[in-house]
Amino acid sequence: MSSTGQTTSQQISPTDAADPVDHAAIDDSITSRQEMTGLQAMIRTQPFWVMMAIIAIGIVMMFVSDVFMTERNMYNVSRNFAFFGIMALGMGAVICTGGIDLSVGSLMGLTGIVAGLVMQAGYGIELGFIACIGSAALVGLINGVLIAYVRLAPFVVTLGSLAMARSIAMVISNNKMVYEFGPDQDLFEWIGGQSVLGIPNPVWVLAILTIVFWLVWRYTIWGRWVIAIGGNAKAAKLAGIPVERVVVSVYMLSASMAGLAAFLMVGWFGSVTNALGLTYELNVIAATVIGGANLMGGVVYAFGAPIGAALMELIRNSLLLAGIDALWQQFFVGLFLVLAVLLEQVRNRGRVD
Amino acid sequence: MSLLELSRVTKSFGAIHALQGVDLRIAAGEAVGLMGDNGAGKSTLMKIIAGNFPPTSGAIRIEGKDVHFHRPIDARHHGIEIVYQDLALCDNLTAAGNVFLGRELKKSVGPFKILDYKAMYQRAGELFGELKSETRPRDLVKQMSGGQRQAVAIARTRLSDPKLVLMDEPTAAISVRQVKEVLALIKRMKDTGHAVILVSHRMPDVFDVCDRVAVLRRGTKVADRRIKDTSPEEVTGLITGAIEHAL
Ligand SMILES: Nc1ncnc2c1ncn2[C@@H]1O[C@H](COP(=O)(O)OP(=O)(O)OP(=O)(O)O)[C@@H](O)[C@H]1O
Ligand SMILES: [Mg+2]
Repeated sequence: MSSTGQTTSQQISPTDAADPVDHAAIDDSITSRQEMTGLQAMIRTQPFWVMMAIIAIGIVMMFVSDVFMTERNMYNVSRNFAFFGIMALGMGAVICTGGIDLSVGSLMGLTGIVAGLVMQAGYGIELGFIACIGSAALVGLINGVLIAYVRLAPFVVTLGSLAMARSIAMVISNNKMVYEFGPDQDLFEWIGGQSVLGIPNPVWVLAILTIVFWLVWRYTIWGRWVIAIGGNAKAAKLAGIPVERVVVSVYMLSASMAGLAAFLMVGWFGSVTNALGLTYELNVIAATVIGGANLMGGVVYAFGAPIGAALMELIRNSLLLAGIDALWQQFFVGLFLVLAVLLEQVRNRGRVD
Repeated sequence: MSLLELSRVTKSFGAIHALQGVDLRIAAGEAVGLMGDNGAGKSTLMKIIAGNFPPTSGAIRIEGKDVHFHRPIDARHHGIEIVYQDLALCDNLTAAGNVFLGRELKKSVGPFKILDYKAMYQRAGELFGELKSETRPRDLVKQMSGGQRQAVAIARTRLSDPKLVLMDEPTAAISVRQVKEVLALIKRMKDTGHAVILVSHRMPDVFDVCDRVAVLRRGTKVADRRIKDTSPEEVTGLITGAIEHAL
């Protein structure tokens, strides 16, 4: 008997004592028959198969290019996809609720400019960071409230903030580049542009966040509620889950991840214009979907974010090294996106049979 | 004193008058069958009691005190649990995940409170065992049969120790064996002082476990009879309108 949590011990009398059949034992045996090993469960996930594709491309590239496996190239590849991976973590949460966030690219522009202007004005990096994430979260809050409470379509709301956030970035930056970041300029540029133990700092951030998100999805009530809302928002509501508040939090999270990515990227570039993150929303959504997210909602994998982002960057890098015209890049990204969705479709069909 | 008392409850959806001046009382340890044709207003009445939406007019009293439910959770806090007709489950979660939806079991790990899967699987397994249902706590609801889904929805009502359980056609989709278990469960609940309102189209079920039967016709309560004072024939007549009233 469980004595945990809300379960009261004074239950309605369970089975009659005289019951000859041990149902608990039957259930136990049924349960264990069903159980899969961790490996089996993993093989059924989309990120696993995308990871296989990454390894396969990697092996091919080792023969095609001497440069591919060099430390320098790996360093650049991993740093490049880190920003998208970080945003894909947040996007994964939004898509899990059955929503979409088109505003993340523009948010990078807005929050990057905000961080830049605050530090340019002579404030420290702490305030720059708070202003960056705070302004992102504020836009996320507005998105979320319009979607959860006013019940506007996520696509339309975030398309609106895509336009508005970019415009505000242009206005407050006066269309000028910011490249002076006040007293903490060195630290700021170190965080975004340097490495620890040979691994770029943004990659560390992505790695740590991926683990945090994995724990959140698996072990927290909030994570469980987000997944439940994606499965059946009405049932979640009836079960007493504060659906609106959770949905708002998800958009705030996605926006904050865009703010964080901007903060790191501006530090790396050493400058920021209001064009930062232009069209990135498409790459982030593609990375999230390739990483196993389902636009219908209800599915999320923390590891899908870095894996999806990695595949996209790997395609770009491989084309470059293989001497294929860079103009083909978007074609292959699109191709893998469609293949990823197809793969999920096929796997689902297999399961029904 | 009645456990639950509805007086003059009316519910309109725009021009549709789903309920018109319905009175209903139920005492602890009592089971009331609620019958009526499709669209008679049974589910609407259940949802009002469960706090899904407020009545257009009329009063709800629990143990003599007026209550106003704004959300389902308000009703749950007053000891009311419901099995919805459409079950309201999340397909992408496991059976145990659905049983504990919104009231997940937690355990402490350092400063954090995390989901206690082991406890939830175990408790859900026990509940399914009590229901004699071959529902596995770790299975996804997506892959389940109608009866298994029903068991999940019923198991949800047994997490707490509710005063009143509302069941909206709990036996509609399940096997004969499982119907027997659900009916046995209702009897056990009565024995332990719980009240049950059972919505059903199955006359034998109602006559087997209920103490009273109330009949709704086009939003109006046309009968409220003790089971031992009525017959399936009379109830059928009341449902169809062949008999006008029997209050
Ligand atoms: N949310 C709603 N909006 C508008 N009309 C509704 C709503 N819910 C129910 N109704 C209407 O109220 C009436 C009663 O419906 P209700 O679902 O309570 O019937 P029921 O007795 O449960 O029927 P069944 O046996 O088919 O389950 C119907 O005419 C229905 O169309
Ligand atoms: Mg109904």
